[in-house]
Amino acid sequence: MTPGLHHYLIVSALLFSLGLLGVVARRNLFVIFMGLELMLNAANLALVAFSRYHNNLNGQVMVFFIITVAAAEVAVGLALLVALYRKRQTAHVEDLTSLKL
Amino acid sequence: MPQFTDLFFYALAGLTLLFGFLTVLNPLSRSPVTSAMFLVLTILCMAGLFVLLHAFFLAAVQILVYAGAVMVVFLFVIMLLDLKADERRHINKIAVGLGGLSALAIAGTLVASIVKTVPVSQTAGRLAEGETKALGRLLFESHILPFEILSVLLLVAMVGAILITKKDLR
Repeated sequence: MTPGLHHYLIVSALLFSLGLLGVVARRNLFVIFMGLELMLNAANLALVAFSRYHNNLNGQVMVFFIITVAAAEVAVGLALLVALYRKRQTAHVEDLTSLKL
Repeated sequence: MPQFTDLFFYALAGLTLLFGFLTVLNPLSRSPVTSAMFLVLTILCMAGLFVLLHAFFLAAVQILVYAGAVMVVFLFVIMLLDLKADERRHINKIAVGLGGLSALAIAGTLVASIVKTVPVSQTAGRLAEGETKALGRLLFESHILPFEILSVLLLVAMVGAILITKKDLR
């Protein structure tokens, strides 16, 4: 069967759920961050597929912007992780419970 | 007889999902370095999917920016902070079970709504101009202001990252 729009959207939905699984199930901050990246990429795939099948390039411009913002987000996020590690010597969410009541 | 590019789609989609799964839950290794390597493979397969969707420029950007720059920063930080102690911890079975349940629920909802609402006979039309040329024209003509704001955002992120990682702010 020739892949159509819904094929790409289903791949994107499954990839998004995998990213969510990583964020919810894993306890390492780096893997949680990678799960977030996976979710962003899933949204990108959906946008590119929509842009292709609706013949509208605005979706691709949006994806270009998302990739750039994601790069900035990774830079700041990893800087926060480095600062956290310097202070607490851990990258594990179960050790970071100071905000718990 | 299926077309050659159709087989490419199924291969790349399957590999993307397989590598994505190995990124988040690898049964053999829990090291973040392994996860990062599988995330690079996921991103490369997604670049292949972008090529199949005729988004050539975005496929190049995906490889250069994501697989090249972002993942190198990831690996650099992971290896800079020695995370050996974290690998010995046992994985939380309840968290994996509940996480899998919620991920399955989200996946089921999304796939069901896609199957219900997206028409199956959706065909891709040809774009009049070359895709990359048209994209560049769109980017630099009607989206030039967000583009410039984005450059400021990158500068802010760079300064912020340096400021956050500095040892003492004096």
